[in-house]
Amino acid sequence: MQASDSKEVSREIVVPGDLLDSSGKRAGPGTYIEGRNIFAALLGIKTVRQDTVGVVPLSGQYMPERGDMVVGKIEDVSASNWLVDINAPYPAPLHVNEVPWRVEFGETSKFMVPGDVVLLKVVGIDETRRIQVSMKEHGLRKLTGGMILDISPSKVPRVIGKNGSMIQMLKNATGCRIYVGQNGRIWIDGELDDIIKAVKAVKLIEEEAHNMGLTEKIKRLLEEGSRKGE
Amino acid sequence: MTPMGGMTTDIKLIDENGRRVDGRTPEEMRPLKIEAGVLKRADGSAYVEWGLNKVLAAVYGPRECHPRHMQNPTRALVQCKYNMAAFSVDDRKRPGPDRRSQEISKITSEALSHVVFTEYFPRASIDVYIEVLQANAGTRCAGLTAASVALADAGVPMRDLVASCAAGKAAGVVMVDLGKEEDNFGEADIPVGYVPRTKEIVLLQMDGDLTHDEYTKGLNMAIKGCEKVYEIQRDALRRRYEARSLDSDVGAPEGVQKEVA
Repeated sequence: MQASDSKEVSREIVVPGDLLDSSGKRAGPGTYIEGRNIFAALLGIKTVRQDTVGVVPLSGQYMPERGDMVVGKIEDVSASNWLVDINAPYPAPLHVNEVPWRVEFGETSKFMVPGDVVLLKVVGIDETRRIQVSMKEHGLRKLTGGMILDISPSKVPRVIGKNGSMIQMLKNATGCRIYVGQNGRIWIDGELDDIIKAVKAVKLIEEEAHNMGLTEKIKRLLEEGSRKGE
Repeated sequence: MTPMGGMTTDIKLIDENGRRVDGRTPEEMRPLKIEAGVLKRADGSAYVEWGLNKVLAAVYGPRECHPRHMQNPTRALVQCKYNMAAFSVDDRKRPGPDRRSQEISKITSEALSHVVFTEYFPRASIDVYIEVLQANAGTRCAGLTAASVALADAGVPMRDLVASCAAGKAAGVVMVDLGKEEDNFGEADIPVGYVPRTKEIVLLQMDGDLTHDEYTKGLNMAIKGCEKVYEIQRDALRRRYEARSLDSDVGAPEGVQKEVA
């Protein structure tokens, strides 16, 4: 189980409090140190990469990180801010300076109202967990039409896949426009039948995120759907 | 010796063979069964059957803390609510919070905040709901046991799980994990919450009277019980995911691109 080769990776389900290492490795995410020992802080899968041990969580809330692309819902509007729900334990205020339009003081609700869906980037989060989000970067915008699908944030990497392979496959097979937010919210737009197909596939990924041969299974599901459509 | 609560009974709490009412030896616990992740809507959940006790625990959060004035700017709040269903006991329990359930809510919150990394989530609150569906003595231990499994299931970072078990004395004999009759007509009851890795005690109460020696013996018995509970808790959590084989590229932090538009 121990990685003798630096490239080798060990996988094993660990529970909070499990001893992960006492040989002086570096403590990665999902762990804590006491003395020379590294313990698991989360329920997850133990991963050893080179000299670092970490725990990849199997569940858990979304914790924003700088640079994350997220799908948010406008919750409230004030004179110079929109309050956005990004599925985190904390509210995310979107300031008028952080949107691509020129907004006069008090005219915020002319641009976006509660219920609107937006694609944002987390530009800052400090140790008191105050979040700053922005809509100013290229590609960020208000999302109109389509539908929102909520999945567990810990499954997002599987939906995107290695180098975006999974999401690319979904897009190609369904012809939908899809945005996957790091916060576990997925926005899908396209023809109704295609949307249904995409939603089915995403749900299967979420359900079977830790099973072998996931990519194959999804491929089969998508092909099946297209054959029926012809 | 006068029984706890002044109640008397004809029931023989210990028979001539040293067996208890339900046939257990003084060192024997009731059968314990734990299942993690039983509720779909909650972030984490657990169901515990401990003898005739049936307890559900659900965890929400970390999430924004309401009411706002309760927020702590440096750490998260663990807010526990223990509730007994009206049908959980023989005579219908009057629904709603009472003095007993408020006390249990408070002590479980305190026991759990000891192991949760609350400093990771300033201003937030982690809500734990414990519902007792069927009660048969020892529900606070069952509740705490369930709650800590539910917390781990919710992906809340913790130092360790909290295991809980009680010991006590009935008919003059110190025994572990009291049943209903032993609790009602016995002399003393000591519920213990225990962190097995660091050997810390995070919950300790005593109802009734014990000599110092009896207390020490009972406490050790309860701790031994906690260690058994701990193994069952860990097994329940592992079982939740173990059935599935692991894919080679699960959660590969380096290979995964953050977002693709």
